[in-house]
Amino acid sequence: MAWLAIKMLVGDPVKYLGILFGVTFATLLMSQQIAIFVSLLKRTASQILDINDADIWVMDKVTRFIDEAPALPDQDLYRVRSVPGVVSAVRLVYSQLGARLPHGGYRTVILMGLDDPSLSGAPTRFIAGSLQRLREPDAVVVDKAGYTYLFPNEPLELDRVFEMNERRARIVGICEASQPFTTLPVLFSRYSQATQYLPPNRNLMNYILVRGTPGTDQQVLCDAIEAMAQTGPRPLAALTREQFAMKTVNYYMESTGIPVNFGITITLGFIVGLAITGQTFYLFVTENIRQFGALKAMGVDNTRLVGMILLQGFVAGSTGYGLGIGLAACFFEGTAHVPALEGFGMFPGLLVGIALTVMAIVTLASLLSIRKVLVLEPAMVFR
Amino acid sequence: MSHRTVDLAARCRGLVKDFVSGATAQRVLDGVDCDIPFSAMTLLVGPSGCGKTTLVSLLAGLLDPTAGEVMVLGTDIGKLRGKSKVVFRGRNIGFVFQQYNLLPALTARENAAVPMIINGAPRRRALEKATELLNQVGLGTKADALPKNLSGGQQQRVAIARALVHDPRLLMCDEPTAALDAASGRTVMDLLRAVAVGPDRAVLIVTHDSRIYDRGDRMIVMADGKVTSTLEEKSMFAGHEQIGAT
Repeated sequence: MAWLAIKMLVGDPVKYLGILFGVTFATLLMSQQIAIFVSLLKRTASQILDINDADIWVMDKVTRFIDEAPALPDQDLYRVRSVPGVVSAVRLVYSQLGARLPHGGYRTVILMGLDDPSLSGAPTRFIAGSLQRLREPDAVVVDKAGYTYLFPNEPLELDRVFEMNERRARIVGICEASQPFTTLPVLFSRYSQATQYLPPNRNLMNYILVRGTPGTDQQVLCDAIEAMAQTGPRPLAALTREQFAMKTVNYYMESTGIPVNFGITITLGFIVGLAITGQTFYLFVTENIRQFGALKAMGVDNTRLVGMILLQGFVAGSTGYGLGIGLAACFFEGTAHVPALEGFGMFPGLLVGIALTVMAIVTLASLLSIRKVLVLEPAMVFR
Repeated sequence: MSHRTVDLAARCRGLVKDFVSGATAQRVLDGVDCDIPFSAMTLLVGPSGCGKTTLVSLLAGLLDPTAGEVMVLGTDIGKLRGKSKVVFRGRNIGFVFQQYNLLPALTARENAAVPMIINGAPRRRALEKATELLNQVGLGTKADALPKNLSGGQQQRVAIARALVHDPRLLMCDEPTAALDAASGRTVMDLLRAVAVGPDRAVLIVTHDSRIYDRGDRMIVMADGKVTSTLEEKSMFAGHEQIGAT
């Protein structure tokens, strides 16, 4: 009977293509929009997730996301270092400031000032130059997308000079780094160098990057750091890398219209896909109603008919899902080198989720039609 | 001429069928008695609305009677319920419909194989048997054609092959010649006689088409939900030629 069901389905090419179009459209729209949404949100925390050599980020308790961290005094650094279980605790400056380019242009950049001795938090993948050169005077390392943003349509070239806060900066390395949410260039320098680019504030350190002794429970260490900070002049928050990333993502989720906008598009994808698929499937069944009646008369019971219709839905759903995911993959492959979309793509959880959603669409579409077949009197074939 | 129960493919006694719509019930069959013997082609005739379609639907187990008894091949089909009734119908009864009801996506051979596949036969065996039947009905060369590429008469012959592929003992035909010209109609009737009538097989044909009355062995005449007469001799059919024209 499976053979018969599939023959009936593909034997009506117009309807079959209509159903495929509905499922493919829904799959493409939902998978592409969810992938962009998740990738975009992931970008809000990309600078946190890019730093692999710190277990814990310590910050002012009022910090809501990575771009909004009040500066901490050096005493906080020393207090964190005194917590049992802390192997190292180093400074990190994270700030946005303006860069004046040689041709007179002006760009906002993200500057990350790294601990001078350890360079903790430095990038690891270099396209040109090296991390060692970061110790040279006026040295900065820039991410590749940022370089393109600063010097559009120009070849990657080291030792190019520009200014920040009227101080000279020289590019000594071009690295791979995850794109930030704002797509601003990400610059790395030594902490001591960064303090010269920033306005002369009393405190400049935004974060303390902590590594614990091997085997230490990170949550226990976070709790110990926060407990210590309760006795000090200001409360501190200590979060694991993943916790801080999630805190930042949650801030953007709760404080921007991004989820609503994407949510509307994704919902529309579901509704339009369901409408097209449901209507076409319904027409398919309606136009074949006499044939279904004949099958009933010839000895096919309702259970088998329901199985046939669900199988038809499953086949159309699977094919449409494959086409939709394929098209979405082509989109992300085709835009992989576009800086604004670099790093965007689908992930296994998304593929599973969309597969389940598509199956829900075709099942709902099938159910709309199944009712008509279930109540069908086989005697109607004699009328 | 009377038939012992054992010689009958189907028999009904005191058959009543009401169709209920809201608070009103319409009696469509009112105490019908009739016999369908083996080895014969029985014509069921009568004016439109007299209850022919309802009677054949009850005999096929497609409807349940309001009252009375319907014995088909020795089984009280009116008492069968659910899957057992569907299985009984699938194994023992073949159908030829006025509108053919072939599946448009299947070839003639595949259409003819459908009842065997429904009954669980392997597809290959079903297709082989379907090919044999198509050869018998003279459509061997059209086995791979889709219904849309066949004439009405050819489609009806495919429907006959389909109705017989699983060796049913009772064949029910609803206006099998209504959509055909006179010559094709006679061909279809001769074909039915050749392939469907046998010692333990019976054919019941619901028809309005007086052109084919001479092809039947017996005639059951209905009017107003009742069997008014059962004619056992062909010579008696002539007087009823205008029934179908009403």
